[in-house]
Amino acid sequence: MANIARNVLILAAALSGAAFSAPAVAQNEQFIPILSYRTGPYAVNGAPYANGVVDYYNLINERDGGINGVKILFEECETAYATDKGVECYERLKSKGPTGAAFINPLSTGITFALTEKTATDKIPIITMGYGRADSKNGAVFAYNFPLLGTYWSAADIAIQHVAKELGGFDKLKGRKISLLYHDSPYGKEPIPMLQVLAQKYGFEFTPIPVTHPGVEQKSQWLAIRQQRPDYVLVWGWGVMNSTAIKEAAAVAYPREKMIGVWWSGAEPDVTPAGDQATGYKSLMLQHGAGKFPVHADVEKYIYAKGKGSTEPAKIGEVLYNRGMTNAMLGVEAIRKAQEKFGKKPLTGEQVRWGLENLILTAARIKELGFEGMLKPVSISCSDHEGARYGRVQQWDGKGWKVISDWYTADESLIEPLVADVSAKYAAEKKIKPRDCAKET
Amino acid sequence: MIAFGQFLEVLIGGLMSGVLYSLVALGFVLIFKASGVFNYAQGAMVLLAGLALVRALDLLVANGFPLWVAVVLGIGFAAVIMAATAWLIERFVVGPLVNQDALTLFMSTIGVTFVIEGVAEMIFGSDVYPLRLFPTDAWFLFEGLFPGGILVNKLDVWGALIAGILVAGLALFFQRTKTGRALRAVADDHLAAHSVGIPISWIWFVVWLAAGLVALVAATVWGTKLGVQFSITFLALKALPVLIIGGLTSIPGAIVGGLIVGAGEKIAEVYLGPSIGGGIEYWFAYVLALAVLLVRPQGLFGERIIERI
Repeated sequence: MANIARNVLILAAALSGAAFSAPAVAQNEQFIPILSYRTGPYAVNGAPYANGVVDYYNLINERDGGINGVKILFEECETAYATDKGVECYERLKSKGPTGAAFINPLSTGITFALTEKTATDKIPIITMGYGRADSKNGAVFAYNFPLLGTYWSAADIAIQHVAKELGGFDKLKGRKISLLYHDSPYGKEPIPMLQVLAQKYGFEFTPIPVTHPGVEQKSQWLAIRQQRPDYVLVWGWGVMNSTAIKEAAAVAYPREKMIGVWWSGAEPDVTPAGDQATGYKSLMLQHGAGKFPVHADVEKYIYAKGKGSTEPAKIGEVLYNRGMTNAMLGVEAIRKAQEKFGKKPLTGEQVRWGLENLILTAARIKELGFEGMLKPVSISCSDHEGARYGRVQQWDGKGWKVISDWYTADESLIEPLVADVSAKYAAEKKIKPRDCAKET
Repeated sequence: MIAFGQFLEVLIGGLMSGVLYSLVALGFVLIFKASGVFNYAQGAMVLLAGLALVRALDLLVANGFPLWVAVVLGIGFAAVIMAATAWLIERFVVGPLVNQDALTLFMSTIGVTFVIEGVAEMIFGSDVYPLRLFPTDAWFLFEGLFPGGILVNKLDVWGALIAGILVAGLALFFQRTKTGRALRAVADDHLAAHSVGIPISWIWFVVWLAAGLVALVAATVWGTKLGVQFSITFLALKALPVLIIGGLTSIPGAIVGGLIVGAGEKIAEVYLGPSIGGGIEYWFAYVLALAVLLVRPQGLFGERIIERI
């Protein structure tokens, strides 16, 4: 009954776009919009992520009294993972609060593409942690985009590094077949240029295989895979596409151990619907995995013990919940950094952008924040809006995710030329004069 | 020989997938055939039926009921939910719209779709709920003849069997029962049927209930295939080309339409897709549907409606 009541409240609020926190705008509040999707085909992945974000903002307010005394005012807007709704949410929320939106986090590469020019014009940073435009790593061109912790080009490189390791070395990649089963959207297409570069360098045969939204029907793709017999299948899916891919792989007897999902294809809702068939399936980790760390103890103490949690307590520590918390923490720390320069007051998006671009999280600071074990040090700069490019690989053992690799670092020598080339083309097309990062402070 | 074996595999897989689309299409046909309403909410009804079944099943199993008892009770509970839904739709939506034009009734079912989706997720949750009523592994046939054999998924075979039984049952119902004939009369003309004493409210309740039960059957198969979740509502989009090809008023047409769509889209995706970028099966099904529309606007098995002025 309690679940039903909670669902009623969450859905009512999400559908109406109503605020979870107090809607009244006080002058000492920092407004942060949350573009989320708790309904629609991707809700199974969108909801736990949003729960992590909401719980972390509430934690900052409840435990710390805000960011240096500036309370976080946030509001959810339901996008249902649709680009048009995402743009609508952005337009509606960008000017809210005393200083407008501190930053925007659309949780959709499609929405990111649609908002990139708008956010630059409105001077509101767009944080795309682990997704978004890979070329936006180049902050000289994309001043307001922050694809923190890893782009899809970093992910593609890490996936191929892991395949090479399993095969016994990069030289063993030559002549192998690697397929990419991808969501036929800007998100799914994003790794293709990098995988083409990698295929050329290492001599493997690369085959992209699109799956139409939302991915409920994949029989033809998997029959094609059965015929082509690739050595590995990389999965760039979201929502129902991931679990369906695993089930179809099982149906054609393709070994799950040879499937490697991107970090958006490696959460609990991606494997549990497939039951035993998911055992052996692997995915990249955007550094963190599932599990509880010191910050979770605070969330339980300050939020859930007071009955203010946004999900069932058992779901605290799931992969996407942790990712939502990590994303929220990076945004909060960027505001904190910006406050060092602009004062402990509500800041504009432009000021928060400075905070993001100068954010350095050391191991000691990460420990202080309670994220030790979830995150490695992050250092963002004008020329590097990604800030870190580490990853690991986890494997589903039928009951939980197990980390099966050491840390990988994406190979910048391969990624950087592509970033420079594609971002330069974007700058030329949009008539953007790249900033001189040496002069940025 | 290998290429022929692979083609056979794609063809059989496509035909089987098509039958699963037909399971959803049948619900559309039932309501259109019996009431002249194009029920946009059929996909949402599959979601509602699936959620009611799987949540009841999980609860009963968690409380120590043997699986078979839980399945029977779960199906019973879901059937009651679908009956309640049918009553509510008849009472508050289509009932008050008797004798309105088809477009008005169609628009009302769009509203019903969003209400069902929202309420179903609100009551039963929006996670993915695994349902395992049928085997999902595969047979590999003719392994001696073709290397690797020809893959046939057991779930697809179950789906085909169920669809066959449903079609036979529904055909008998429409042709041989008094209620079935009354349903057809109401579809032809609401007011005329009412004037000769056919109780329209009851008939519409029966037809929406029948469509709800067909949705429940579809949910058992598709829920096993995908897990019960919101994306099941997208099956309505897969059923549309099936309906266009088979005809909105023909139950066997839903099956034949499904077979054509399933086989056509899979063969197109596997053999044509790679040369033009892939991901073509969704729209290719509509290409097939358009081709049929141009030749037979009423579909291959649909009734040609002639209205005298």
